Amino acid sequence: MKAKIYVTLKKGVLDPQGKVILSSLPNMGIEGVEDVRVGKYMEVVLKDLGREKAQLLLDDACRQLLANTVIEDYRIEINE
Amino acid sequence: MKTAILTFPGSTCDHDASFALKDVMGLDAEFVWHNQSSLEGFDAVVIFGGASYGDYLRPGAIAKLSPVMAAVRRFADGGGPVIGVCNGFQILLESGVLPGAMIVNESLRFVCEDASVKVEADRTPFTRVIAPGKVLRIPVAHRQGNYFADPATLAALEERRQVVFRYCDAKGNVTAASNPNGSVGNIAGICNEAGNVLGMMPHPERRVERELGGTDGKLLFDSMIVWLKEKGK
Amino acid sequence: MKEIPVTPELAKEFGLSNEEFDRVRAIMGREPNFTELGIFSVMWSEHCSYKSSRVHLKKFPVKGPRVLQGPGENAGVVDIGDGLAVSFKIESHNHPSFIEPYHGAATGVGGIARDVFTMGARPIASLNSLRFGSPKHPRTRYLVAGCVEGMADYGNCIGVPSLGGEVYFDESYDGNILVNAFIVGLLKTEDIRRGFASGIGNPIIYVGSKTGCDGIHGATMASGEFDEKSEENRPTVQAGDPFIEKLLLEACLELMKSDAIVGIQDMGAAGLTCSSFEMASRAGTGFLMDLDNVPQREEGMTPYELMLSESQERMLLVVKKGRESEVLDLFKKWNLDASVIGEVTGDGIARVRWKGEVVAEIPVAPITDQAPVYDRPIARPESQDALQREVDPASIPAPADLAKTWTRLMSCPEMADKKWIFRQFDHMIRTNTLVSPGSDAGVIRIKGTRKGIALSADCNSRYCLLDPYIGGMIAICESSRNIACSGAEPIGMTNCLNFGNPEKPEIMWQLGCAIEGMAKACETFDIPVVSGNVSLYNETRGKGINPTPTVAIVGLLEDASKRLVQWFDSPGDAILLAGPDRLEARLGGSLYLKEVHGKTAGMPPVPDLSHEKALQRFLRAAAKDSLLSSAHDLAEGGFACALAECCVTRPDGPIGAAVSNPFPGDIRPDFAMFAESQGVVILSCRPDRKEALKSAASKFGIKITDLGFVGGERIDIKGVASVSASDLCNDWKEGFAKSLGLEG
Repeated sequence: MKAKIYVTLKKGVLDPQGKVILSSLPNMGIEGVEDVRVGKYMEVVLKDLGREKAQLLLDDACRQLLANTVIEDYRIEINE
Repeated sequence: MKTAILTFPGSTCDHDASFALKDVMGLDAEFVWHNQSSLEGFDAVVIFGGASYGDYLRPGAIAKLSPVMAAVRRFADGGGPVIGVCNGFQILLESGVLPGAMIVNESLRFVCEDASVKVEADRTPFTRVIAPGKVLRIPVAHRQGNYFADPATLAALEERRQVVFRYCDAKGNVTAASNPNGSVGNIAGICNEAGNVLGMMPHPERRVERELGGTDGKLLFDSMIVWLKEKGK
Repeated sequence: MKEIPVTPELAKEFGLSNEEFDRVRAIMGREPNFTELGIFSVMWSEHCSYKSSRVHLKKFPVKGPRVLQGPGENAGVVDIGDGLAVSFKIESHNHPSFIEPYHGAATGVGGIARDVFTMGARPIASLNSLRFGSPKHPRTRYLVAGCVEGMADYGNCIGVPSLGGEVYFDESYDGNILVNAFIVGLLKTEDIRRGFASGIGNPIIYVGSKTGCDGIHGATMASGEFDEKSEENRPTVQAGDPFIEKLLLEACLELMKSDAIVGIQDMGAAGLTCSSFEMASRAGTGFLMDLDNVPQREEGMTPYELMLSESQERMLLVVKKGRESEVLDLFKKWNLDASVIGEVTGDGIARVRWKGEVVAEIPVAPITDQAPVYDRPIARPESQDALQREVDPASIPAPADLAKTWTRLMSCPEMADKKWIFRQFDHMIRTNTLVSPGSDAGVIRIKGTRKGIALSADCNSRYCLLDPYIGGMIAICESSRNIACSGAEPIGMTNCLNFGNPEKPEIMWQLGCAIEGMAKACETFDIPVVSGNVSLYNETRGKGINPTPTVAIVGLLEDASKRLVQWFDSPGDAILLAGPDRLEARLGGSLYLKEVHGKTAGMPPVPDLSHEKALQRFLRAAAKDSLLSSAHDLAEGGFACALAECCVTRPDGPIGAAVSNPFPGDIRPDFAMFAESQGVVILSCRPDRKEALKSAASKFGIKITDLGFVGGERIDIKGVASVSASDLCNDWKEGFAKSLGLEG
């Protein structure tokens, strides 16, 4: 089975990358973008553990390693 | 008096630390490989810079899982002096030994240059002989040294006098222009609540000889020696 | 696998001419198969065989009492005494950096680092020499930012300090930037390792990153066989992994402490092919290789792809038979993929097996010994006379405000402070840096000795365009003068010859002349050439780059405490000029002519090699006797800019100077200030050492002229122009980021 994990900076944490991207877009004639936040996207291939077990396992992985919960939130999407 | 110099795959400042501690300070120091699980027989632990595990995922994120980090935690809980510099600071933050986190520099670029830091607390083993208010000139060299903590954590840090160094100008004024990376409150270094664990971005091991531009960094190791002697080590 | 028929047309697509293809058939005694053709094509490529440049490269002096290893190995090695040696080389990564600046430039650093630690040396410092297009070109900013970040990230991650280098901008590089990376390493003389596949039956070990399809010869894409794998999916530029490189570095240096290694070589250009054939050829052996044992990143790779892949961070080792497990265990400790992929054989044949079948069988010696060598036709370009015609001074309007022009030159990207770049490189790591980037030469100490190493990279490609012979000579003069200005003695040179298409006689003329000029200067100064690299075909739409023979020279300071810097030290110090009897300055090829008047024309200054040699000897003697506070040579921007640099580059903040005009009063003031000279140095010393300095100079036949004193708020050339030191310093500091539109 496969899963997608999105790691994003928490609200209130400064995102220097997002800031630079936001300020660069108008220079290229791309107007109307109000905010950009840069995050990470991971693709995970799992043994067939069942949705529930997989969720628990990935939750653990995110908390311990994949995200730093001091500054980051994460979201797990499991596709069977 | 024996110091452990932790080495992770990707450490680059371990040899500089060894030279500073052994050849310049005359201390007894030994490298400890990341897969060791004991710090038995050591009186102090130093974690220096580099790009452990290539700084992949986040700097320090993978190094914190090394067996030696459990030993560091026990060593710190027992009141032993621990200093993490640059990547060492990042590892201590990632492993939760110190509060807060590092994000990429505001410039998004690596920055290597001399920085001035103001000493705010002499309660750590590494600032024992430095008068608060003194300005030290020590270089920084990092890409992710932009310290972040949420407002509550920040208030607690200030309240408990855990901010040890702040970026400042040559005269000691804490200004935005003297902040090389965008750290909140110009924070360059913090300690844990007990004061025995210090994390800092500037590299004291690079300023222990006049030949290389100054000896301000040596004060931190002088402090450590005094502190350990006071503890009868 | 469906075997693709090998035809002369296919050979042509692979870059082999009809004659070359005939030679392949003669060597093989039969038609080569697809994989074999691929092997020949990369082994005989310009990059691996130096077929166009070899006859000219022979002119370089390569021997000297200190030379332990000259050209032909992964990197050169030079003795520095006390049982120590330095290994160094400069190499280009031009094309990849233009396509993908971050990874292209980063992997350039990785490649050169491997060349150096393959010799058994720990990398201790780097330099980089960069050439970009016009600052106004829309792509320049992106290329500068990407290349700098890529090189810096890689070097920082493996812990090698950058000691400086050079950056130039010129329209001729708009479509062909140059990224040349230099690394020097330190080793004990008895620990030199070489790329030899000796000892029949000795195992061949592969270590490092897994092999993927990256960087495989573009020509092969044209063959029909690969159409199911679409071209777009294939990276044409290799991505680097500096973390693996760092592990590889530590693991190899640890392994070299044992005597298990027989030979070692980096898998650089043409990967597995080049490394295995070169090692066997040096040892006069053959080998048997099993491609199934090569660690692979992708499924279904063909023998051709495995042999030609340029995946980064890989090494090939030959170790003593019976020591395999010890070696593999050590790599395991460092978490590196390693496996035995073959063995050395005695019959001089390279046999490559895949899925139990021999897929290539090539005699080793002929592929290197009988590689094509071309003495390509040479012709002086017809346009050269017009290019060299002296610029009529009357056609150059004199600036209304000399101080303004002075500031403009000091803040143009070529002259301006490069801190924007150097800040991104860790230049202090390893705690040896005595002189950081920003002086004529960077200097590091050698721990455990009193010695220091000085490093400088140079090439003025405007001079080389106008007169490649003089330009090549000047590159050596400048680089060795920079070394001398730090108090050090040049002990070895490495070069990266960046030129256009060698099939054009005009380009070969440039190449031949530049090498002759360089060789002449090296011989005069007794500087051996120990390593180098040639990068040809730097052309876009038929327009070649300025000929750019980048030179890097390594200098030795017996006593590092005697090192000199280029900036003035204290108020009250005397300022003097050391030069030839008759001071000359030329407008030809000057920065002033280009930047202010938009012209690159005329004849560059002609160096007087015997004067230059005496000058450099005098500088070293004066440094050794502690007579000097600073030394800085006149280069781009002439006397006024050299003087200004002495004032504004000072790390403790700018300082003023009051000097007299060293040129005769009848010379136009703008020419006196900005025309360019060779063999002239601005010195400063404590006033009480002035007499001793003058008598030292007279011993070497060097003329010393009193110019004035250090101090005050202004930089003042009496009767000519004057600027505020701090204002000029600010403009100089901001100039680089400003003119490139980079954020500060």
